[in-house]
Amino acid sequence: MPVVKSLDDLKRIREEALQKRQIKTSPGHTQIVVGMGTPGIAAGARETIKAILDYIENNKLENIVVRQTGNIGRDSYEPIVQVIVGDAETVTYGKVTPEAASEIMEKHVKGGSVVRAYIIPA
Amino acid sequence: MNFSRSMVLVSSDPESVRRGADEIYALFEKEIAARDMEGEISISRLTDTGRPDAAPIVVIYPEAVVYGPVNAENVKEIVEEHLYKGRVAEHLLAPTRELSGRIGWLKTRKGTLPAEKRIVLRRAGRIDPENIEEYIAEDGYQALAKALTGMKATEVIDVLKESGLQGRGGAGFPTGLKWSFVAGTQSEKKYVVCNADESEPGTFKDRVILEGDPLAIIEAMTIAGYAVGADEGFVYVRGEYKLAQNRLENAVKQAREYGLLGKNIMDTAFSFDIHIHSGAGAYICGEETALLESIEGKRGEPRSRPPYPTTEGLWGKPTLVNNVETLANVPPILLNGGQWYRQFGTPSSPGTKVYTILGNVNFTGLIEVPMGITLREVVNIYGQGMKDGATFKLAQTGGSSGSVIPASLQDTPMDFESFRKAGVSLGSGALLICDENTCVVDLALVLQKFFKFESCGKCTPCRVGTGRIHEILTGIVEGRGTLKDMENLDYLVDSLTRISNCGLGQTASVPINDVLKYFRPELEAHIKLGVCPCGVCPMSAPVKEPAAVA
Repeated sequence: MPVVKSLDDLKRIREEALQKRQIKTSPGHTQIVVGMGTPGIAAGARETIKAILDYIENNKLENIVVRQTGNIGRDSYEPIVQVIVGDAETVTYGKVTPEAASEIMEKHVKGGSVVRAYIIPA
Repeated sequence: MNFSRSMVLVSSDPESVRRGADEIYALFEKEIAARDMEGEISISRLTDTGRPDAAPIVVIYPEAVVYGPVNAENVKEIVEEHLYKGRVAEHLLAPTRELSGRIGWLKTRKGTLPAEKRIVLRRAGRIDPENIEEYIAEDGYQALAKALTGMKATEVIDVLKESGLQGRGGAGFPTGLKWSFVAGTQSEKKYVVCNADESEPGTFKDRVILEGDPLAIIEAMTIAGYAVGADEGFVYVRGEYKLAQNRLENAVKQAREYGLLGKNIMDTAFSFDIHIHSGAGAYICGEETALLESIEGKRGEPRSRPPYPTTEGLWGKPTLVNNVETLANVPPILLNGGQWYRQFGTPSSPGTKVYTILGNVNFTGLIEVPMGITLREVVNIYGQGMKDGATFKLAQTGGSSGSVIPASLQDTPMDFESFRKAGVSLGSGALLICDENTCVVDLALVLQKFFKFESCGKCTPCRVGTGRIHEILTGIVEGRGTLKDMENLDYLVDSLTRISNCGLGQTASVPINDVLKYFRPELEAHIKLGVCPCGVCPMSAPVKEPAAVA
């Protein structure tokens, strides 16, 4: 476990973390971020994340990182899922039911085309 | 949220919709998409423009240009001239001589786009809250490192004073000043306490920070410990926030593993550790002295003040008590400097404020915007208008104990100073937006029921007063009200405010006071005419005594 003893230690950890992130956002990698704050979970984010994991397993997809995050503040649209394919811009989907999650996985993550119907209006 | 270059607002009140506002909205989307400007320009709806003569209205920020009446043929021209070439299409402007006061607000914000500015929430909803590496990657612990390796404790406090940060729990006390009080008190042992007992109904800003970015609070408390000379900290988390507690505990554990909590942090003489303390669901424990009693293991009842916690707090030692949002502001201020923080918000209330929006609006959730935004902007831009095109009637700021703000005050900039002048309080940042179907007496009754239940019973004015107000209001909504009740309410409100022991009683009277001040006719209609104008109150419960008609 790295112990932060000085400013340099902190810098090193920061750079390592940024490097890890760099790998995640390189082409061929996909990040799926599910909002798992209280409103997200209340709206069914657990089922959504399960549907996403199931889809990945059933279709044997690789190089996908599924992770959680807190509430982004757009509670009317929970559960919220952010999809980042490679170094492309983050696409934020709202009201992602398990069915919607499968559709997004099929069309966006696998197929590469954004599913406009679920995008949260800015 | 994307930062847009421009913002287009299309009116959507019933009159505008009748004249084709929906079609215009769709055309704007189409025309903007046709020029590939989707990322730069956002389109929203606007309700309650007060300009039926010029409906449908189209307003474009940041220039605050008002076009109207707009028809389908004009859309292309507006998009091409204004949005694409940047020239105002003069001949399509709404007739200015008829500009009503209701959209005068647009002029006051000329040149500024009321965009969201995330300082406190910059990481929430993006990083993994259970991984310290992600936090460090996003500038985490840079502020602590800066403070520990290059700043004296007094310098840290000076930066805070310079920034003008005010407590975000509701009262708006200058944070730098509070820190200097604790720092200036001589004692071997001092404490830092984070008040995360966010029990004000409708407020959930702290929960979002705790769940989405728990390490920000841990870091800020460590900085506070360094600045005031404390070596121990407590986070008092509301009992219902189990998820927040778990994430905080996880954050503390990781910080300890990384040596960012514990003995000799970053090889300096400074040591600091944090405990997570769960509340048990009492509203009163959000009051700082009751909170301290609760941590000490006693019954959560407020203490008499003075002495204030800054001199005699937890176990009689000087204690710094800060709200979650206040603390979350500290690391970015330290990192970027006090002057940087002052560029946001208004001169008297710098910085940003997190608001939670709920009630009869199309969008509920939370936003972080610079201080000084108006209620009308919140409702129309961030709330995306009232639900079902209803009319805005009132808003309550800051949960149950907040002010009831009538539509006439909705153009007051929301900062501590302006609200104080207007005689209302900003509170903790919950914005309960109510439409015309809300009966204020019914609303007041619900609030009083809450206070009656939550009053700890230590002091008489609060224990008896909240119960009495509830009784009187129950009588009014059941049609048993008399004009004497109004006098009694005035008297009770006055007593509660002036002689209650703590904030609970003092603020329990705030909403009732506002109802008496701004909605007296509606209250009188209940009593004199025996009707509820909104049709909400029963008015016909078993009559125990004949209603006195004056």
